[in-house]
Amino acid sequence: MSTQTPTKRFRIRPSRIIAGFAAIVVALIWVFPVYWMISSSLLPNVVLTSTTPRFFPYGGSFDNYGSVLSAGMKDGQWWTSNFMRAMGVSLSVTLISVFFALLFAFLAALAISRFKFRGRKSFVLAILFIQMLPAEGLFIAQYKMMSSLGEATHGLIGLNSIIGVSILYIAAVIPFTVWMLRGFVAGVPAELEESAQVDGCTPTGAFFRITFPLLAPGLVASGVYAFLQAWNEFTIALVILQKEDMRSLPLWLRTFIQGSQARETDWGAVMAASTLVAIPVIIFFLCVQGRLTSGLVAGAVKG
Amino acid sequence: MPTSPAVEIIPTTQRSLNKKKFHVAPYVLILPAIIMLLVAMGYPLVWQIWASFQHFGLAQQFGAPPDFVGFENYVAVFTSTQTWAVVARSLAFCLVNAILTVLIGVGIALLMNAVNKAIRLILQIAMLLAWAMPVVAAVTVWIWVFDWRRGIINYLFGLGTHNWLGTSLSLYFVATVIVVWMSVPFVAFSVYAGLTQVSEEVMEAAQLDGASGIARFFEIIVPMIRPVLMIVILLQVIWDLRVFTQIRMLQDAQTPLNSDLLGTFIYRLGVGSGDFSMASALSIFVLIITVLFSIAYVIQLVKEDS
Repeated sequence: MSTQTPTKRFRIRPSRIIAGFAAIVVALIWVFPVYWMISSSLLPNVVLTSTTPRFFPYGGSFDNYGSVLSAGMKDGQWWTSNFMRAMGVSLSVTLISVFFALLFAFLAALAISRFKFRGRKSFVLAILFIQMLPAEGLFIAQYKMMSSLGEATHGLIGLNSIIGVSILYIAAVIPFTVWMLRGFVAGVPAELEESAQVDGCTPTGAFFRITFPLLAPGLVASGVYAFLQAWNEFTIALVILQKEDMRSLPLWLRTFIQGSQARETDWGAVMAASTLVAIPVIIFFLCVQGRLTSGLVAGAVKG
Repeated sequence: MPTSPAVEIIPTTQRSLNKKKFHVAPYVLILPAIIMLLVAMGYPLVWQIWASFQHFGLAQQFGAPPDFVGFENYVAVFTSTQTWAVVARSLAFCLVNAILTVLIGVGIALLMNAVNKAIRLILQIAMLLAWAMPVVAAVTVWIWVFDWRRGIINYLFGLGTHNWLGTSLSLYFVATVIVVWMSVPFVAFSVYAGLTQVSEEVMEAAQLDGASGIARFFEIIVPMIRPVLMIVILLQVIWDLRVFTQIRMLQDAQTPLNSDLLGTFIYRLGVGSGDFSMASALSIFVLIITVLFSIAYVIQLVKEDS
């Protein structure tokens, strides 16, 4: 017995050290592109295009951010002219999408988790399948629809219109948002509401005083999910927002990349632009990551 | 004992009464969501099915109504060698990416499980950062990392001015690196969550019984994490089949010939050359494949729901 313990320890220790070492290496590899983006964004293009790369951004500055953000001030520099405008488009589309997607999805989630009704099961099945449909399977038809709608509404809803692209985004995020919120609504027992009604609350009053506050975390998580989807979306935007002054941020970022292998590219500015697009997303994402995962693999992992 | 059921009866009957009284309420509540889905997805879907049976030619671009041609577009699409090349490339890309993502993801989940708390936290933060990166920003950074003149990859591996985006195979390699880098964190976190449910006692008992590390992995861990593994594999296959942004942006950086996968091919057909009937027929094909793959996933989710 006394000999068994040390041999067991000896067998475990080296493998633990190797695992720890491997974990650090993997972490470094995975974080490297993010690090490289930020590091490059701080360095002038002269340094970035020299033959030996600078691995740490010493002597760096925020000049690249300045040149990206001073949008439209300088003539001739095509890559700096559109950040603010693209940000405006992205913000409008995102806010409209988040508001309506959240409202409509919340109502639908209430229906499926608080009521038993004919067609409930078909509705749930339908949203689960719709959630899986790729944008690439519908975007040509959506493009055609928006182009004819644009003619009919004089551009109010159609190609290159904020409302047009928002409608497509709202529909795209509703299914998963309904599914996510359904879990939260079901988590608040109906008995709580009923006992409030017994104590003299109206049904609406009971809902807004008891259930609604308990749903706040769920609404925040779903809202952030909708925000991330709309803010990052590329495929539908590429098809619908074709006019240069209607580009959303992802499309604006794409213009840096177009033909970048064939011409001299100001990589410092490109990386500053990427960082600007990425930072709000990373912050928001870190807030909801846990809930997002449990929504996707619900049932397979408990807790 | 006899009093408590009597007390419970009141809310239960009241609840069922409420449900009977408000029987229109659920339909009113789901109406806005249904209208949005019908407008933004239902109508395009129906149009797309209709368009896939029509012919759009030069005359239609000048306003003539399209002609009904039956299954002609489907026949044309699926007898074209170009389509099959795109389908084959998409399937190969999807399988390679899904397999690599799941293998590496499971490996990293096992690493998370094996190391101490501090190192696990470092690994998890690195994974979260990669996961959180917006896809467009991620592709932009990777294009810079693989840049043929000043890219860090060419410098580190002494490759001179190797042009990674010059051939389609090499472009797929870069796309695979990007897709795997972005998708592994989701797999790793999901599988790690599954691993935390494998009980310590069972593992120790198996070890005492003389089961080797490999035997323990395949006979205890794999069966325990099977449900989450299945879901993760399914989702990866569905997601990697639709890959669009990465390919499109790599093509934007420098267009090599014949690097289209299904998504970019449909885009080129529809938006590029205005061939809506072919694009629609191919889109329907993609939708059908996706729905077929999704059935197992949806069943799993519904099972949990009821």
